[in-house]
Formats: sequence, C-alpha cells, structure tokens
Amino acid sequence: MNTPLAPHYKKPLWETPFAERARALQQRDSYVPWAGYSTVDVFTTVEQEYFAIRNATTLFDLTPMVKYRIAGPDAERYVNRLVTRDIRKLKVGRVSYVVWCNDAGHLIDDGTVFRIAEHDFRICTAERQLDWFMDSAIGFKVEIEEVTSEIAALAVQGPTSCFVLKRLGLEGVEQLKPFEWRNLSAAGRPVMVSRTGFTGDLGYELWMRPEHALGLWDDLMDAGQSRGIRPIGSQALNMARIEAGFLMPNVDFISAEHTIRLNRDRSPLELGLEWLIDFDKPHFNGRRALLEENRVGPKRRLVGLDVAGNKPAHGALLYSDEAGLKEVGHVTSAMWSPTCKRNIALAMINTPHEGLGSTVWADVYLNRELMWERRMLRSQVVERPFFAPARRRATPPNDR
Amino acid sequence: MSNPSLRQPDAIVIGAGHNGLVAACYLARAGVKVLVVERSDIVGGAAVSRKLYQDFTYSNCSYVCSLLRPEIMRTLELPRYGLQIIPYEGGCTMMRGGGHLALYDNHDALRREIARHSKRDAEAYDRYSRDVMRQCKFIKPLLMREPPDPTSFKPRDIQELLYLGQRLHGLGEERMYDTLRFWTMSAADFLDEYFESEIVKAHFAGTSIIGTALGPRSPGSAYVLLHHYMGDIDETVGAWGFARGGMGAITQALSQSLEASGGSIRVDSPVERILVKNGQAVGVALASGEEIQAKTVISNMDVKRTFLNTVDPEHLPSDFLTAVKRFKIRGSSGKLNIALDGLPTFPAIPKDSPTIRGDLHITDTVEMMERAYDDWKEGRWSQAPYVDMLIPSQIDPTMTPDGKHYMSVFVQYCPYELADGPWTDEKRQAFGNTVIDAIANQSPDFKSLILHTEIRTPWDIEREVGLTEGNIFQGELTMDQLLFNRPVPGYAQYATPIKNLYMSGSSTHPGGGVMGAPGANAARRVLRDLGIEAKA
Repeated sequence: MNTPLAPHYKKPLWETPFAERARALQQRDSYVPWAGYSTVDVFTTVEQEYFAIRNATTLFDLTPMVKYRIAGPDAERYVNRLVTRDIRKLKVGRVSYVVWCNDAGHLIDDGTVFRIAEHDFRICTAERQLDWFMDSAIGFKVEIEEVTSEIAALAVQGPTSCFVLKRLGLEGVEQLKPFEWRNLSAAGRPVMVSRTGFTGDLGYELWMRPEHALGLWDDLMDAGQSRGIRPIGSQALNMARIEAGFLMPNVDFISAEHTIRLNRDRSPLELGLEWLIDFDKPHFNGRRALLEENRVGPKRRLVGLDVAGNKPAHGALLYSDEAGLKEVGHVTSAMWSPTCKRNIALAMINTPHEGLGSTVWADVYLNRELMWERRMLRSQVVERPFFAPARRRATPPNDR
Repeated sequence: MSNPSLRQPDAIVIGAGHNGLVAACYLARAGVKVLVVERSDIVGGAAVSRKLYQDFTYSNCSYVCSLLRPEIMRTLELPRYGLQIIPYEGGCTMMRGGGHLALYDNHDALRREIARHSKRDAEAYDRYSRDVMRQCKFIKPLLMREPPDPTSFKPRDIQELLYLGQRLHGLGEERMYDTLRFWTMSAADFLDEYFESEIVKAHFAGTSIIGTALGPRSPGSAYVLLHHYMGDIDETVGAWGFARGGMGAITQALSQSLEASGGSIRVDSPVERILVKNGQAVGVALASGEEIQAKTVISNMDVKRTFLNTVDPEHLPSDFLTAVKRFKIRGSSGKLNIALDGLPTFPAIPKDSPTIRGDLHITDTVEMMERAYDDWKEGRWSQAPYVDMLIPSQIDPTMTPDGKHYMSVFVQYCPYELADGPWTDEKRQAFGNTVIDAIANQSPDFKSLILHTEIRTPWDIEREVGLTEGNIFQGELTMDQLLFNRPVPGYAQYATPIKNLYMSGSSTHPGGGVMGAPGANAARRVLRDLGIEAKA
C-alpha cells in the first residue's frame, strides 16, 4: 500500500523506523505530521495513554525530533555564542535545556544540547534550524550536519521506566542523574540513554541506529509487559507536558524565524525562561536586547493559570475584570489535569496583571450538545509546573 | 439605445479593459450614468478569451489570475455574473541535461523537493517566504488607497502620508530597513541572500522579470518579484488560478455587472480625441466623427497613449507632457498561444508528478536569464528565451475539446523595436520558432502535437490591444514609477492636468496585472470629486 519508494510528491511524509510496530498497535488511524514525519496522535484512548505516563511506562517515538551534529575545534565557542546558557559549563556526558535568540532577543527555538565529546555537540529541536545554524557559523571552525534520519529515538517515560530499562539489560541506567547521558547496550545493541524527557516525570530517552529500532522496540515491549508498558501518541504527551509546564513551539510561542506580523515574537524573559540566560558569559545572540529588556522588565509573561470549573479554557481571551472590558492576555495551552484535579492553563498575560496570585477572567465558550454558552471564569496566576513528583529526580529511582 | 447611459452619459470610460470596467462598475453602482467605449470588437482589453482555431479557447494576452482583488470580486458580485477562479498548484523549472525543481503546495513535499538540490535551501525557503510575506503585508493595504502627494499640505494627503508613515513605522526598525532594501535591490542579489542552489534561484527569479524590461540583475527587480506575489497574501482559498473559461471570463463578468447597474458599453468605437474646452474635458470624439459629450472622462489607456496621442498638447503643461514622454513603458515580452493535439511529455519531470499542471519553465540559471535580457538590450529577441508556460486545459475543461490541449506561453524577452528594422511576418514567425525550438528541447513530442499557433510580439500587442510598446503593466514597476511617482509626480491620484479627465489604467498606482485596484481607486477619486459617496 504505502511503498517506501513512493516519491515525495505522492507521499510527502516519511515514516520512522518504528512505523511498522506503531501501525500494528494503532487502533484509531489517528496520525499527525511532525517535522516531515507521520507520527501517531492517539493509539487507543488518550486517557489510557496519559495515565500510563503517570502510572507505568510509555513509549513515544521521538525520531522526528530534528537532530544536528555540531563538531569542530570551535564547536564550544559556536554553541556558546548561539544559546543563552553558558555551555562552557556543560561537561561531556551531560545534557542542557537551552534556547536561542536572534539579535533582537526574540526566541528562535528551544531544544537540548548533548555534549558528546570535547568538540562534538548534538542539538535536538522541534523545528528545522539548518539555515539559522549555518548563518550563525560565519567565522567559526565548525561543521554542522543534520542527522535526524540517522538516529532513531524513543522516549521511555513513567514511574516504572527505570525498572523496565534495567530489565531490558541497560546496565547502570539507574545511576543516570537528570540531564546525564551514557552509551549503554542492550542485547548487543548500542543505545545512547539520556535521562531527559517532556513529561515532567521519571523518564529516559533512548537514541539508537535505525536498524536496531524494531528489535529494541520488541525487547522493550517484552521487558515492560508486566509493568503495563504501552505506546503513546502526541495527545497524551501534550497533556503531560502542560502539567509539567513545558512550552510547545507554535502553541505557546512562534519562532521569531516564522512570524510575519509585528509583536508576535517572544523573548525568553516573556516566556519565563530567564533562568536559561547567563549574562555573565561572553557575548551571545540577543544579549544586548535581553539585557535591556531585563532592565525595563518584559511587557508580558507566560504564566500558569488555575481556572475555575472543569472546562479547559482553550484559546480564551483573558480580562482583568469580570465584565470583560479590559483585555490583558490569552490562554496558549489548556486542559483539565487528571492528576492534579485542577483546570490548568498556560497563558500569556500583559504586565502588571501576571503576578503570582493575580486574578484574571477567562472568556470561555462551551459547546453543550451543539449549543454554545459563554462563561467568564475566574482564574488565578499560580506556580508552574503544576505537577512535579519527586520521582522525576530520584537517583537511583524506585522500581515503581 | 433605450439605455440613458448610452445617449447621455455622465461619464465616459475610454477602454473596456479590466480596470476601465472596474471603474465603470463602481461609478454605475453609485448612480453615475457610465458609457464605456472600446476600439476593439470585443470587451476585455488584455483580459480576453478568444477562439482563433476551431473549438480552442485562448487566454491570448493575460493568462493567470493571481492579483484580482477579492474585495472587487465581492463588491461587484463577479461570481454572480459567472466568474469562477479555479486554483492551480505550483510549477517547475526543467534543467538542461535533465532534472528539475518543482514547487508543491504540500509543505513537506516542497521541502523534500528543494532538499534534492540543497538541504539548506529547503529550510531557507521558509525564511524567504516569510520575508516576502512580511513585505506583502506592508504593501497590501496601500493597494486600494490613493497614494499621498508628499508635497501637498491638503489634510487628505497629510492623513494618507501619516498612514504610510505609520505602516512603515509599524514594521519595526529591522523590517523598515528590509523594506527599503527590498524596493531597490536586484532579484538576483535578493535571492542570493537566501539560496545557494542555482536552480532554486533561477526558479524564483522568474517572477522578477515577467512583464518588465529589467533583468534579474537589474536594481529594482526584487520589487517586481513581490508584485507578482501580492495575490498570495489574502489567505483566501483560490488566490492563484485560472479564470474558468479563460481570462475573458473576468471582463465578461465585469461587463454583465456593469450592465446590471445601468452602465453601457460600445465596442468598435475607437476614440480619436478627448474633447477639451476651457481646460475641462467635455467628451470624446470617435474615429467615426461622432462626438459624445460627458462631464467626466476617464481614460483607461496607458498614460502615454492618453496624453501623447489622444489629448491636444495645447491643453497640457509642457512639464507634464515631458514627464509623460519620459515614463518608461518598454515592450519586453511576447506571447504564444498553441493548440495541441494531446498533452506533450517532458522527460525532465517525472511522469506521475502533478507539477505539469503548474507553470513550467526552462531557464535553469539566473545567468541564462540575464543573457536572455542582454539579447533584448541588443534589439533582438532572446535566443534562449525565458518562458512561463501553462497548459490550463488540464484543469479548465471549457478550454478545449476532450483530449486536446491549450498551451499559453509567455515569452521574455522580446523587443518592441528590432535592431535590424521593423517587425515583419517572417520575423514574427522566426521569433515563434525560437520559442518552439526552446520548448521542444525539453519535449521531444511537442512539435508534432501543434495544431495551431498564435504568435504575438510586443508590436502586435500594441496594435491589437493598444498597450504602448506592448508593455503588459502599462509602465515599468520600478521605484521611480511607483506610489506617488506613478505615472507622473504630482498626478498620482488618478486626476490629470485637465479638469474632469481621469486615469484608471495600470499606468496608475498600484500598477499592472489583472488586479483591478487602479480602476477601483480611480472610481473612488471621481466619486469624491463629484460629491457622491461610493457604494460598497
């Protein structure tokens, strides 16, 4: 049916090395495109998949995550100029969550940097960056190469994930601290394991050669069978990431490389990512603009919201008053949190209405059996993450 | 002659091209009795459908509908009068020695397609479209407005200048710099800032030369590229496409809309002279000797034809006339309309690719395009011409009998005046053969499928349609001839030195293409002077 040889103008999306297994377990025919690949949106039910993240072990096919290899004598200096964190402090064997900006201090994207060796880094991002990375390479002795299709990747996340990986045979995986990675092997297959993830829970990411993908998937499903392992799609993952307070590109912000209208660019300060900026390190892209913004304070902030009621405030406009006279922001992500039992949201709110404990009103439209009702829901600015279990950091982790 | 607008019109529009008809429609809807007089035996000007061979319909001048303002289609109810725009997808450039670059609507397919030539260009394409879109967003609101006179202190001008200033300011500092660069640089330089692959640059450079006597390396050509993209910004479905039934469907719908609002059209009525009395236009004299009186005269002819041929110079200031004479309207393009016995094959593109239904090109480097321009400068048609060719009969079933095809071939460059003397039938045929040979290089069966060919040089287009030098834009789209400089500084607001004489053609802001904006803006100006409120 879908022959792998079909040309791109007939079948524009690639399949990942796990596609065959995903197809077999897929009950909903629910796929979404992600960075040029076809990926599963829902396997069975979103609810079952979500609870597996918080209760058992889940597999999420991470292959489409765009991966770049940055190597060469200037690799450290190059990455350090690119991102806002001090990459000189990143040791081999560690991973760092980073953002990078343009000269105006506007966010281009976020991602993770792996220090593979002294002069060898890997950057993983949600969106393609080759154009920006290569433009940023002027004057540096670095080689930049997109290696997405050379590396298959699986996120293994959930409270029993460490146990499952141990049973898989990844020796010493329990010693990995958050944001560490190590080259391990399982049944003779080399696997790079990092203790990273997008769920805010205990979890790991496995990076392997594509030819090992199916074998590793099968072994994982066997190893986790008694502990409720199941594959999940992007919808369940999205719920976990909102609870964890993580940002989604094109949902919570648009890359400054893609905005057409004015005032759609976002700075890391506006997104609450000031902890990723190191003003003490040497020059980096956006430094001057961010220093100035830091001095006068951002015009708006991305915050966590606790919304009254139990109906997600998707896309709601926010007002400072119940009458809806003064608009002060909008919701970017929203959900009923099954774990926290709270109606949570991420929202962009203009200063000075964004302070912790502030009240805003969400203009929510509810579809009640095709009749629309409007509600102004009281919402309070609260701490995020909304959910941060201790197990996400425990080393070694518990088996359940 | 029962219609009062035929006997005693309030306003006469000279020329039933699309802008003239748009202007007439807006006037008629506001209650003005309008008469459109047209020299040819059909309406449409350069937006016409003609049957020159059996049951084959040719869009024999303009050939795609990308710019026609949706607000005009809506206000004038053109869909109600039969206009349907049907989209076509993408296009491709074939390479000498095989290979091609295609454009697909699907973003992932497009990225993979460009990545075949350059992985980096595949991603740079997003930056390119973003920047083009940013500039289009800036210009779009200016299209349907009268450009301000920067030297005037009239409240209206100051208000419009402020608007322009605010728009520019609203771009933000960085983008303001970009805008000024964009309006002045060459398409080749502009594309070099994004792409590394020759074929990618060549494909996108094409739109920067269509209809203009510039090469891809000429300063100012980047703006032309933008001009052709203007149709994309509305984010409405079906922005790029064919008018079902050929481009004549647009002017047919306009004619019906006009007649439904009480306006009239007289074909076979060439205007000899615009009648001027005491510095005021009072009507027109037809070639037949008949005179028609009207308080308002709107010329949809280009600015040169209007003032150098149709108005007695004694009524005009000499500075104005000098400026009109200097206005650049240079013929640079020709057109072939070809009836085909079947669909030609192009070995350079895969058999099953939908790209054959888009616009097809055979110029695979910017260098080759510039060389084609060099020929034009030397006064000869390009020996390796740039073509923008389409086979609309693959999409529009009304164009040809089943299984047969119509190919529209826009050709760049072709001079209005040849270095070796006037155009002759033999030279026209030789020009046509050059183009057909160039296409046949990419399509071995092409020649054997040809049933009939119409070959049109700039000289023919001038003679048949009335466009000076056959220039499709009624004047170059360069910065010195745009906005408040179009067509002549001081007369960019559709008015002329002669009271009650107005201009509505593409010589005026915002310029050429089947857009309709000059006509709509001109009508608004006329109505304002008449003290009538335009009906939306």
